Amino acid sequence: MLAVQAPVPVPNAINDVPENAPEHCPGTESELAGKSDACDGCANQEICASNTPKGPDPALPFIRERMSTVKRKILVLSGKGGVGKSTFTAQLGWAFASDEETQTGIMDVDICGPSIPTILGIASEQVHASSSGWSPVYVQDNLGVMSVGFMLPSAKDAVMWRGPKKNGIIAQFLKDVDWGVLDYLVIDTPPGTSDEHLSIVQFLKESGIDGAVVVTTPQEVALQDVRREIDFCRKVGIRVLGVVENMAGFVCPGCKTESQIFKPTTGGARRLAQDMGVEMLGSVPLDPRIGKSADYGVSFLDEYPDSPATTAYLDIIDRIKEILGDT
Amino acid sequence: MASTLDTPVARRLRLVKHIIIVCSGKGGVGKSSVSAQLALSLHASTPHARVGILDVDLTGPSIPRMLGVNGHGVHQSSDGWVPVYADGRDARLACMSVGFLLKKKDDSVVWRGPKKNAMIRQFLSDVRWGELDYLVIDTPPGTSDEHLSLLEHMAPVHERLSAVIVTTPQAVALMDAIKCLSFTRTVNLPVLGVVENMSGYVCPCCGEISNVFSTGGGQEMARQESIPFLGSLPVDTELVTLLDAAEPEEAPDAVESGEAGQRSFELLQRYQKTPSAALFKNIVDAVVRTLPRVEERLS
Repeated sequence: MLAVQAPVPVPNAINDVPENAPEHCPGTESELAGKSDACDGCANQEICASNTPKGPDPALPFIRERMSTVKRKILVLSGKGGVGKSTFTAQLGWAFASDEETQTGIMDVDICGPSIPTILGIASEQVHASSSGWSPVYVQDNLGVMSVGFMLPSAKDAVMWRGPKKNGIIAQFLKDVDWGVLDYLVIDTPPGTSDEHLSIVQFLKESGIDGAVVVTTPQEVALQDVRREIDFCRKVGIRVLGVVENMAGFVCPGCKTESQIFKPTTGGARRLAQDMGVEMLGSVPLDPRIGKSADYGVSFLDEYPDSPATTAYLDIIDRIKEILGDT
Repeated sequence: MASTLDTPVARRLRLVKHIIIVCSGKGGVGKSSVSAQLALSLHASTPHARVGILDVDLTGPSIPRMLGVNGHGVHQSSDGWVPVYADGRDARLACMSVGFLLKKKDDSVVWRGPKKNAMIRQFLSDVRWGELDYLVIDTPPGTSDEHLSLLEHMAPVHERLSAVIVTTPQAVALMDAIKCLSFTRTVNLPVLGVVENMSGYVCPCCGEISNVFSTGGGQEMARQESIPFLGSLPVDTELVTLLDAAEPEEAPDAVESGEAGQRSFELLQRYQKTPSAALFKNIVDAVVRTLPRVEERLS
């Protein structure tokens, strides 16, 4: 059969045409919503035309109030899964909290696969409600954590939620959790660029996000997703603090030779940072003890202070503080 | 029961014999690379096997790059979208991904659930898959919109569905894999077995095996949950390099040219030389063996 050379139209990534909308729907947020010719006969024409549903999310004022006592909000992102977002988030939290004066919070918005509780060694804890809201789980006095993992009846159960329900819980994490006064709130995200990411950006728009740290591994398959993630940050207007390259190089414990498990076939994160015009924050070598520490829920930085990976982590964290102007 | 339903998806998938969903709760454990290997190995298993691979990871499609068809476009025919054939003119390895639909390969796809749902429906109902022996479906991490949509749209062909769960040996990944398993049980999706990926790394210098992400966790999980264990795969740098570099230079119009077919054919040959290919053969044998048994139980 003869194939016709007609490219398939790709819908604009961030528009708001509902799935059941008529052809040529201008989008619910458009000036022409409910008024264009295409809207004639659409069941929702009146709703669109009347302007009422466009009002801001009722949760927004509460989020703004709750977030007014949070000084810095940092997102940890990566298009690809399993590159070490959660591990990095945990190290970042631990490093900030190593100063007793610094109040730190970690929020895990990976709803379907929350790993933060395990990595921080608080997997069996539960969230308690008080008159001022849900209390985060404290790893130490100045490090509070909130994750959907604390709310599940069993760790084995799958969380099979579609977008709107995930958004609901994210809004609750921001408005109902009694974060108190925080110097840093580090937000761990799931892989991809979807509901969770859009929601967190929308909910925090008014309070402002200080920046995003993008985590990657050196191989091209991961880098291509990271380029998309940076593209996403630009589309929604989040400042990219820089790129962290994880699992770069592996030192054999037997012969001490360094080899590349995930080969940077296309120049790795350094090249990506250059091409995309973002800062390269550093490379963390692959140390099997990092994964072990995460499984046991202990701080890698405290357990192995002399590992090259620890030095790399600390340098990156110092640089992040410097960029934010906190040193 | 459901098989009597006549939907566009059911009609389109009428000639597809087996549908294998590759999933894992955790990201970056090698779902896409296992899917790609599964497709390549099934393709090589008999000289006439027709295999399809559908990438429903909409916000992070990796399959096009891994199969060396990055930058190709999808064409439309009177009979629906024509998948991209990774093996060129042989047309036995059909491939479909949102990656083919992007104008620029670095564009981010920022979609909420309903749009992802619509895209998945189109992939299942509008793509001219034709007659296939196996359709391998690569999924994104988690158990959310994509997975629910997939299962919903494929309800009419439910008796031909089965799943392979991929995990790495460390506890953090296993926890998510168990969540994924509980998902398959909730939606009554039969599990062919567990593949443990990234189990050990052989130092290229001294040959010592390091368990970078520990080892044995997948096997232990399979035992505890009484599901078949399909095998473990070590970290294979040759495979990483192969799947990474398997990109022909930007040649969106090279689909019809024999050159593209030549290159991809090469991919299969090169794949068969990697240490993983030999190990994967056992996994595929186990999959093919288990398939009829699992499907029988469903119908």
